[in-house]
Amino acid sequence: MSSNDNHKGEGHIHTHQDSPCWSCRGSVDQRAPFCHACGMIQAPRPGDEFQRLGMKADFDLDPKDLEKRYFAFQRKFHPDRFATKTSREKQLSLQHATDLNEAYDRLKAPLSRAEALLESKGAGKQDQARTESDPELLMEAMESREALADAETADEVAKLEARTRMEVEVSEEALSVAFAADDLEGATNIVTRLKYLLKLLQETSRKRLSLHN
Amino acid sequence: MAEFLQIHEPGETPMPHADDNVAVGIDLGTTNSLVAIAHDSAPEILRGSDGRGMVPSVVAYLDDEVIVGAGARPVLLDEPERVVASIKRLMGRGVEDLKTLGGKLPYDVDEAASKGGMVRLSIAGRSLTPVEISADILRALKVRAEEALDRDVDKAVITVPAYFDDAARAATKDAAKLAGLETLRLVNEPTAAALAYGLDKDVEGLYAVYDFGGGTFDISLLRMEMGVFQVLATGGDAQLGGDDLDHVVAEHFLAERTKELSDDGELTTTEVKNALMTARLAKECLTDQDQGKWMLGMDGQPTEHSLDRARFNDLISDIVDRTIKLSRDVLLEADIMPDEVKGVVLVGGSTRVPLVRERVAGLFGQEPLADINPDEVVALGAALQAEALTAGSNALLLDVTPLSLGIETMGGMVEKVIHRNTPIPVAKAQEFTTYKDGQTAMAIHALQGEREMADQNRSLARFELRGIPAMVAGAARIKVMFSVDADGLLTVSASEESTGLEAQVEVKPSYGLNDDDMARMLRESMQHGRSDMMERLLAEARVEGARMLLAFESALEVDGDLLEGDEKNLINRRIDELRSAMAGDDRDVINTAVDTLNKTTEGFASRRMDRDIRKALAGSSVEDIDGELANPEA
Repeated sequence: MSSNDNHKGEGHIHTHQDSPCWSCRGSVDQRAPFCHACGMIQAPRPGDEFQRLGMKADFDLDPKDLEKRYFAFQRKFHPDRFATKTSREKQLSLQHATDLNEAYDRLKAPLSRAEALLESKGAGKQDQARTESDPELLMEAMESREALADAETADEVAKLEARTRMEVEVSEEALSVAFAADDLEGATNIVTRLKYLLKLLQETSRKRLSLHN
Repeated sequence: MAEFLQIHEPGETPMPHADDNVAVGIDLGTTNSLVAIAHDSAPEILRGSDGRGMVPSVVAYLDDEVIVGAGARPVLLDEPERVVASIKRLMGRGVEDLKTLGGKLPYDVDEAASKGGMVRLSIAGRSLTPVEISADILRALKVRAEEALDRDVDKAVITVPAYFDDAARAATKDAAKLAGLETLRLVNEPTAAALAYGLDKDVEGLYAVYDFGGGTFDISLLRMEMGVFQVLATGGDAQLGGDDLDHVVAEHFLAERTKELSDDGELTTTEVKNALMTARLAKECLTDQDQGKWMLGMDGQPTEHSLDRARFNDLISDIVDRTIKLSRDVLLEADIMPDEVKGVVLVGGSTRVPLVRERVAGLFGQEPLADINPDEVVALGAALQAEALTAGSNALLLDVTPLSLGIETMGGMVEKVIHRNTPIPVAKAQEFTTYKDGQTAMAIHALQGEREMADQNRSLARFELRGIPAMVAGAARIKVMFSVDADGLLTVSASEESTGLEAQVEVKPSYGLNDDDMARMLRESMQHGRSDMMERLLAEARVEGARMLLAFESALEVDGDLLEGDEKNLINRRIDELRSAMAGDDRDVINTAVDTLNKTTEGFASRRMDRDIRKALAGSSVEDIDGELANPEA
């Protein structure tokens, strides 16, 4: 398995350090989920969502490929595979399966995937806090809220919804561009904007549904 | 059974003996239970000496003997007080739950012994919990399996309704343990049904499981691909079943009878029971025939009632439509169009009714699959999963949690931590904080359900995190972690992040939510979605008001001397206004009163700030300043 060369995460300086297997005490590569000697399941190793699913840390991904990996890993680690094993093995498989569900869930949607990627690239939370008070975005958010509050018919709301949906798509594409250029600051800004857009989208669809009823 | 001797080299791990790994699948039903086994992916129902597969879920407690199944029925005639039926409805329930069902329960509850915990029933001088009674049924199924297989059986996959909550799932596992069975996995009934179809036919694509039983309705959407069974969404109504179809037909017969006899006196219980039984016969008859005639009141004044398929369909149409609407809701939630569904699996006796099949076919635009007996399909699927868990399999089952899990926050609201239809196993954490200055303990109340307010949801467990270091309100960081395992069982733990203080509980309540509650809660959550939201907003406004008052009072205590004469009167008036606003039900009035008070106290707040800064410069500790600064802001 090749290590992620472009990855500078903290947990990766000693990629090939060994640790003893809890069962046979044999030495196991720190990243190996099963013991080389006795085949026993090991505790999940620290790592980000991409590493859990054996993927390159990239914003652009093929959803089919993501799902295939998720299934393949779950096939190996799901508690159903350990139903007749010892309670320690059951517990470890539960941890793996839980991590896999979380990783898949985070990487599936563009927004949470972008956040995961920023985290793995070490972009701090402070950056996000800073962009959250971006006056231009605040102004835009206020105007959209007003437009939504003023919209009286389902048609008007549907139009707003369609426009927001389009902007969501545009932002997602912009994220792809920013990450491709390794522009983390740009990506952080888009993430903030995307969060607000998705919230707005939720509010518009809620209002449209309530107008329908 | 003759076996070859197996010789192993020293130190070599022997392959597990095939027979050591035998596990059965059990459908522990409200009305009937079944046990099945699979060999090489071919499942088979284990039948009794009479050739019947279904074991009625009825238990008779005689003085020195417990009879389960068909044999318990005759006892019902002579000594009904010795017989228990439909015990599944009480799994995971407390005595408080029973009261809401009124006096209609066919159970004799042992009130004294049930207090504060699991329900106990008085049966022929014994005091028994639903877990013990279910264990008796499971024991009978174990014996049946052992007789059929001529060997010991101690492992099982047991099915539960998709909407079974944490308490009911835990109770089911406990019952198995009591019966000497290790539960390899609890599997949701619709999921088991899909397994029976899926592994049998090697299907690919999106499938719906429409499960219309005697008392419950469940709809699940699954995707089957590359040997993976992925549950996408599940929904339903556990107060909707075949019994409701009997009811409308019985009402129709009784209305006809009243008219014919010009008798508007009150109906006797016998008359009602009689009508229900006749209605059930009529329903079953009209499955194959176009019309028929039935008699009511054979003993006294007989009346004749004819019913044809068309009129029958009219009568039951509303009920069937409700199942269709629930199916549509689940499709909507999963963002799936009906025509994307490749096959519809029918489960449960009520799916034999022609109108049900017709409407299901109408919704999905295709004939539903019914080539596996709908009474047996769940047990067959459970047997397949039991084989997969013991002998190994390439197939993988990924299920979801049917109801949202959350904790109670200030003002009796619920903060959801894990949303319904989240794939399991799952672990999610949420941070909470303290509400008062110097608060050292926090009550954690775990809840299950979809409603906005805590008391409308199912209480799962309460515990307290103690020893939080005294800090300013809002400074402590309490992380509450919810973990749901592959059986759908919840564990909650809480820790204070800055100190590492920790408390953990296995959520094992003395009672839980039953299907009916769950269905009711889900239904109400849809009906009351709007009023819930209003209630939540009102509660939020009140909390804000209370926080404001509390903060202001503690500020007054410290810096009351900074108030000027007139200012004090004005502020007191504003405080009274806020108090009376909070007593009312209008959240806009409350919010306005909060804003007004805020504005009125602006001058006071800035004078306090000045004093604090001077204090800080004079050498006060930073914590002190934070503590006092926090107040005017609140």
